[in-house]
Amino acid sequence: MSILYFLIGCSILMALIFLLAFFWSLKNGQHDDVHTPGIRILFDDDVTEEKSDKDHISQ
Amino acid sequence: MEAQSVLKQALCYHCGDELSLSKISYDEKKFCCIGCRNVYQFLSENNMCNYYAYNDNPGTRIAELGHFEYLDEPAITRQLIDYSDQENTIVTFYIPAIHCSSCIWLLEHLYKVNQAIFNSRIDFLKKQVTISFKHQQISLRRVVEILAGIGYEPLISLQDVVKEKSNSVNKSLILKIAVAGFCMGNVMLFAFPEYFGLSELEKNFQHLFGWLNLAFCIPVTFYCARDYFKSAITSLKHGMINLDTPLALIIAVLFIRTTIAAIFNTPSFADTLTGLVFLLLMGKWVKQRTYHHISFDRDYRSYFPIAINVLKEGKEKPTPIHEIVMGDRLLIRNGELIPADSILLKGEAWLDMGFVTGESDPQQKVLGEIVYAGGRQIGEAIELEVVKPASQSYLTGLWNKENYKVSTKTTNFNDSVAKVFTIAVFVIAFSAASYWYYLNDSIKAWSAFTSVIIVACPCVIALSTPFTLSAILSVFDKKDFYVKNTDAVEQLATFDTIVFDKTGTLTSTEQANIHFTAKLTAYEETLVASLLYQSSHPLSRQVLKTLKIKTILETEHFEEVPGKGLKAMIDGIEVYAGSKRMMPFNIDSAENGGVHIVINNEYKGCYAVEQQWRKNLNQLIHKLQHEFKLALLSGDTNKDEQYLKLIFDEKVQMLFNQTPHEKLNAIKQKQFQGEKVMMLGDGLNDAGALKQSDFGIAVTDNINNFTPGCDAILKGDSLHYLPNFIQLSKDGLKTIKVCFAIALIYNCVGLFFAVQGTLYPLVAAVLMPISTITIISFTSVATRYFARKNNLI
Repeated sequence: MSILYFLIGCSILMALIFLLAFFWSLKNGQHDDVHTPGIRILFDDDVTEEKSDKDHISQ
Repeated sequence: MEAQSVLKQALCYHCGDELSLSKISYDEKKFCCIGCRNVYQFLSENNMCNYYAYNDNPGTRIAELGHFEYLDEPAITRQLIDYSDQENTIVTFYIPAIHCSSCIWLLEHLYKVNQAIFNSRIDFLKKQVTISFKHQQISLRRVVEILAGIGYEPLISLQDVVKEKSNSVNKSLILKIAVAGFCMGNVMLFAFPEYFGLSELEKNFQHLFGWLNLAFCIPVTFYCARDYFKSAITSLKHGMINLDTPLALIIAVLFIRTTIAAIFNTPSFADTLTGLVFLLLMGKWVKQRTYHHISFDRDYRSYFPIAINVLKEGKEKPTPIHEIVMGDRLLIRNGELIPADSILLKGEAWLDMGFVTGESDPQQKVLGEIVYAGGRQIGEAIELEVVKPASQSYLTGLWNKENYKVSTKTTNFNDSVAKVFTIAVFVIAFSAASYWYYLNDSIKAWSAFTSVIIVACPCVIALSTPFTLSAILSVFDKKDFYVKNTDAVEQLATFDTIVFDKTGTLTSTEQANIHFTAKLTAYEETLVASLLYQSSHPLSRQVLKTLKIKTILETEHFEEVPGKGLKAMIDGIEVYAGSKRMMPFNIDSAENGGVHIVINNEYKGCYAVEQQWRKNLNQLIHKLQHEFKLALLSGDTNKDEQYLKLIFDEKVQMLFNQTPHEKLNAIKQKQFQGEKVMMLGDGLNDAGALKQSDFGIAVTDNINNFTPGCDAILKGDSLHYLPNFIQLSKDGLKTIKVCFAIALIYNCVGLFFAVQGTLYPLVAAVLMPISTITIISFTSVATRYFARKNNLI
């Protein structure tokens, strides 16, 4: 059963890694703006000029 | 579907305004004005028509372009720039026009307009854009001009809104919550076997678990809960007891017992400690929620421009406002603001003092007369000599008075309860301890003493207030009533007097009735419409909309004098439209404002703009009159007194022709008589009164507009909900009191075990989360119930 000592150590280590990952993301500003990225991802890649314009007229 | 597409046709492709008479088109698309077409043309030339693909009519109509010469002055730009090195510059702007996904797309593709702008990022909720550019290839001024040119003019004011806001984000609290949550989760894991009783095998681990738990409690106590200790010590130094005092005590006791438990290998309170701190911090976080897009602390500085043109040796030089000194010669153009009290030296000054006095008609000043800061010049450029620096002007003096609030801030419910609570807990704890000590059971005495303190935790009080008030806050904000913070919600329930401003508060600035004082023939109306059609002035467009003319005639010799009016020859007839001073001869009319019309040298009448009273005003005043003492302070003349007498009760005090300082003093006097005053106002002329009052509400038609410093911002359309808002905050206080009663019941159960010295850690660990969950679910249900009752959901 002494394997449990090792597993307990592992679980704490894992949890610590996640905590540090959260610290890093917070410091990195990833939680500063949680609204705009959701909109940004919906933008299409650039289409060529004529095509995109005609598309819109036909609507 | 067809009807919809027809409808689309009738709107401007860029901004979505009605097309009225325009025949402006480009690329088979129709536009309401040249400005909109120019933006479209510019975007299509730069291959950016995707802008129109994401939303229909995403643009905004462009008003007159501002002057940005001052952005060439390094002394000024230094304040604006976030970061700059040899090649790159990063700058953040607040742009009020940001409103949809098209805006994001456009502003994040600025590199298509100019390669030197290599990165731009939008924060949508804050309406901010961060732009990185190579300053050797493009100047800051050019960047701003590009933004303004496509309809996204940044708001650059003396009070730098952008920088002030970025500090308010409280990252350290989130860090503390993360640490507390992490420790709580791990402690729970180790405490779990104990909940079900330990088998022989598990007993081997108990010692390890005890020490691990203690290890997790150390950061929670000394890092996460540090603020509670600090606050408790400061309040004790002042001989006061606030809510943090008992909380700090409990945390300390829990930590000591956990340490002892680890040493003697007994069940510990680590789970209670970490859980308690985690929940308390969550409560704090809920309480701190703020609005990113609204600023409550604006003063005159956010209304004033950042720089002004100073004439030195015959040359214009943009100078920061705070560097203006007595004797400087200023050049003020049409539409610009006078930043400091000065003497008129040259030119014809017509000043719109709307923001200062609430009076909408422009006043004329003669040479040598003193003009006050805050006036907006309408008409030609004028020259002024400064007599007082900006910070000491008549208007800004409203903010400098330090004797504002005589700290009328009431101690809130929490702190007053905390005092009684703490004393009661100590009495019980000491009597339990002395009872057991008397029976010569010193271990039980210690155990009972600490258990009582642990069990009588006021965490429920600490949590119920923020949760209830923030729930109310979000109900308010759905009805466009934005309260500064949760403390302000609590204060909303305690007023006996409500003071109204008239213009802009009881009347709407956006919905105006336009009517003509006399009668025009259909032909004359066509003449007027043809003339007004040439102008982009908002008043011209408003009048044009009411005319509903289908055809327009050819105009010749068209002339527009900014801020005055228009004239032209139409069909061989001379037509004038505009203010009185534009007219070719002196006219005799009761109306001062509005658009006067002269056709063929004959005065025809005036399109008078009548402000409209807000909807349901009658019912609102009627409801409020029962409960509150009302008063009216208006900077305007008493022309509406008769009408107001019909709405308001006879006893209601109505004061007209009030200057900003008189308004402030009127509020002061009421407070001196022991009344608690709530003030509703709008512009800068109410700023002093709003600040002086116990609760200032700024009423506005557009949340992004300038509002003076206040405790809450209310959208004009929601004014009639005011009695409901007040009632809901009163109900909120009731909810908090009920929560307190529920908490007491839980505490009594816990105390029953505690005084006997038999409080098993498990009981504490279960009791606390259960009571917390009860309270949080109760507050949210109760708030929803009351909100429904008050017709706010």
